[in-house]
Amino acid sequence: MKVLVAVKRVIDYNVKIRVKPDHSDVDLTNVKMAMNPFCEIAVEEAVRLKERGVASEVVAVTIGPKAAQEQLRTALALGADRAIHVETDDKVESLTAAKLLKRVVDDEQPGLTILGKQSIDTDNNQTGQMLAALAGMGQGTFASEVQVEGDRVQVTREIDGGLQTVSLKLPAVITTDLRLNEPRYAKLPDIMKAKKKPIDVKHPDDLGVAVASSLSVLKVESPAERQGGTKVASVDELVDKLKNEAKVIA
Amino acid sequence: MSILVIAEHHNGQLAGSTAHVVAAAQAIGGDIDILVAGENVSGVAESAAKLAGVGKIKVADDSVYAHQLAEPTAELIAGLADDYSHVLAAASTQGKNVMPRVAALKDVAALSEVIGVESPDTFLRPIYAGNAIATVQSSDALKVLTVRTTAFDAVEATGSAGVEAIDATVDNTLSQFVDEELASSDRPELGSARVVVSGGRGMGNGENFKLLDGIADKLGAAIGASRAAVDAGFVPNDMQVGQTGKIVAPELYIAVGISGAIQHLAGMKDAKVIVAINKDEEAPIFQVADYGLVGDLFEVLPELESKL
Ligand SMILES: Cc1cc2nc3c(=O)[nH]c(=O)nc-3n(C[C@H](O)[C@H](O)[C@H](O)COP(=O)(O)OP(=O)(O)OC[C@H]3O[C@@H](n4cnc5c(N)ncnc54)[C@H](O)[C@@H]3O)c2cc1C
Ligand SMILES: Nc1ncnc2c1ncn2[C@@H]1O[C@H](COP(=O)(O)O)[C@@H](O)[C@H]1O
Repeated sequence: MKVLVAVKRVIDYNVKIRVKPDHSDVDLTNVKMAMNPFCEIAVEEAVRLKERGVASEVVAVTIGPKAAQEQLRTALALGADRAIHVETDDKVESLTAAKLLKRVVDDEQPGLTILGKQSIDTDNNQTGQMLAALAGMGQGTFASEVQVEGDRVQVTREIDGGLQTVSLKLPAVITTDLRLNEPRYAKLPDIMKAKKKPIDVKHPDDLGVAVASSLSVLKVESPAERQGGTKVASVDELVDKLKNEAKVIA
Repeated sequence: MSILVIAEHHNGQLAGSTAHVVAAAQAIGGDIDILVAGENVSGVAESAAKLAGVGKIKVADDSVYAHQLAEPTAELIAGLADDYSHVLAAASTQGKNVMPRVAALKDVAALSEVIGVESPDTFLRPIYAGNAIATVQSSDALKVLTVRTTAFDAVEATGSAGVEAIDATVDNTLSQFVDEELASSDRPELGSARVVVSGGRGMGNGENFKLLDGIADKLGAAIGASRAAVDAGFVPNDMQVGQTGKIVAPELYIAVGISGAIQHLAGMKDAKVIVAINKDEEAPIFQVADYGLVGDLFEVLPELESKL
C-alpha cells in the first residue's frame, strides 16, 4: 500500500507574528518558516507504517512556492521515498489545496492519505475533510491512533468529549492530532541522502485546477491587547482582589 | 437570507453550543431553521424548538446518523443546503469534522471559528493562534461556517418552533462506528463554565491534579490543562485548552503551573479575569494575568483552597 502525506510550509510555531502596518496581512518577511507541526506528525506516521511493513512507499506532497521544497526535503530526510511539488506562488485556500491533492490522489492511488488536522497559520482545519469529500472517501480526523487491518483502517479520534474510534474502508483520508506520535529528528546522513531523492514538480495548470478563491481577506488586525502584568504578594491579597476588585468570586 | 443551523447533541441531549450558533445566525439575519440529525432524537428536537428566533426544526432520525459520522451527515446537509444561503455549526470537533466536508460537496469555501459577523458575507475569524484577526469576505452563494461559541451569547429558550420530520436517508459504506470513550464528570463543561482552573506541566503528575479539585469544588469550576499536562499523561485529552484544544472564555481563569505558550494563550486569553500561579516570575503567563502570584503551587493551592 502506498501512503501519501501532505505537508505544508508555514511560519515556525515559535515565532510571534506581527500584523503589517497597512493591515493587509501578517508580515512574513524574514520570518523563520518550517513544516506545519501536524504535518511532521503525518510524515512520522507514514514512515512508521512503512517500517512496520504496512506501507510499501511513502510519497510526500506540498503545494506552494519554490521554497516549499525545503519542507519536502525534510519529509524525504524523515523517511519519505519521493516527493511531489505542486508549485504556485499564489495563496492557496483549503478548498483549492483539496482539489489539487485530489488530482494527486487520482494519479498516485494511495491506500491512505495522511494530512495534518490544521495549519497553524490559517488555523483552518478543513483540507483533509474536503479532500475526503472530493475523493469520495471516508475520513478519520484528529487521529490519535491508526491501525490498518486488511482493507480497512481503524482510527481513534480525539473529540471534545473524549475519544471515538471509527473503522474506515480503504482508501481513506486521515488527519493527525498532536498525540498520534512523537516525530523523530532527521539525522545528518538521512539529510544527505534526501538530497538525492526525486522531487517531481507540477503546476496547478497541469492538474487542471484553477488557483482561485471565493474568499478575500479584507483586513488583518491585531487582537485587543490584554492589560496584564499585575502581581499580588500573597494568597490573601489574591482572594481579596478577586472578591472586591474583580468581583468574580463571592 | 435563510440559514440552516446544525444542532449539536450528545446522548439524546441538545448541547448548549447550539444556542450560541443560533445567536450567530441572528447576527447574520434571516429565517433560521435547525437540523437535528441522529437516531432517537425527538428529545433533542423538542429542546431545539424552544430556542428563540427559530422558524422550523427539521429532524432526520435514522440509524445511519446514529453517531453523527461525517460521511452520511455531510451528505444529508449538502442535500438540504440548496434551500439556504448559510449553513452554520459550532466550531466543536463535531462541527469541524462535518462542515468542511459539506463545503467541498457543494464546491464552496468554508470559514472556521467565526468570531464576528460584519455583514451576511463578511466575517471575522482568528488566525495564527489568535495573534491576528482576519476579516474575510466570501463570494460563494452558500456560506459554510463554524462558529466559536464563546464569541456569541446564547439565545434564550423562549421559542416554540415547529418540528418536521424529513425523509433523507443516505447510505454509508465508507465508515463505521466502533466505540467511544467519553469522559464523565460532575463538573461544568469546560467550554461554558463560569470559572476554569487549569493545571500545566508544573503539576508534576496526574495525582497532583487533585489539588485543583477542592478549589474547583468551591468555585463551581471546570478543570482544564495545558498540552504538556495532557501529553505527559497527567489528564485526558478532552481537558486540553488552547489553539488545538478547547477555547474557553470564562469570567475567571486560574492557570496553575502553566508557562503561557502562545498556543495555550490562544485558548484562554478571552477570559474576563486571568490568575496565574507560577514559581517562575519570568513566566510569560504573567504578562496576560490580571493577578499573578509567584510561588510554589504545592504551597499556594492548599492555602488558596482553605481561604476561598
Ligand atoms: C502545533 C502545536 C499546538 C499546540 N497546541 C497547544 C494547545 O492547544 N494548548 C496548550 O496548552 N499547548 C499547546 N501547545 C504546546 C505549547 O507550545 C507548550 O509546549 C505548552 O502549552 C506548555 O505547557 P505548560 O505551560 O504546562 O508547560 P511548561 O511550558 O513546561 O511550563 C510549566 C510551568 O510550570 C511552572 N512550575 C513548575 N513547577 C512549579 C511549581 N511547583 N509551582 C509553580 N509553578 C511551577 C514552571 O515555572 C513553568 O512555567 C502546542 C504546540 C504546538 C507545536
Ligand atoms: N498548501 C498545502 N500543501 C500541502 N498540504 C496542505 C496545504 N494546505 C493544507 N495542507 C494539508 O492540510 C492540512 C490541514 O490544513 P488546513 O485545512 O489548511 O488547516 C495540513 O496540515 C496539510 O497536511
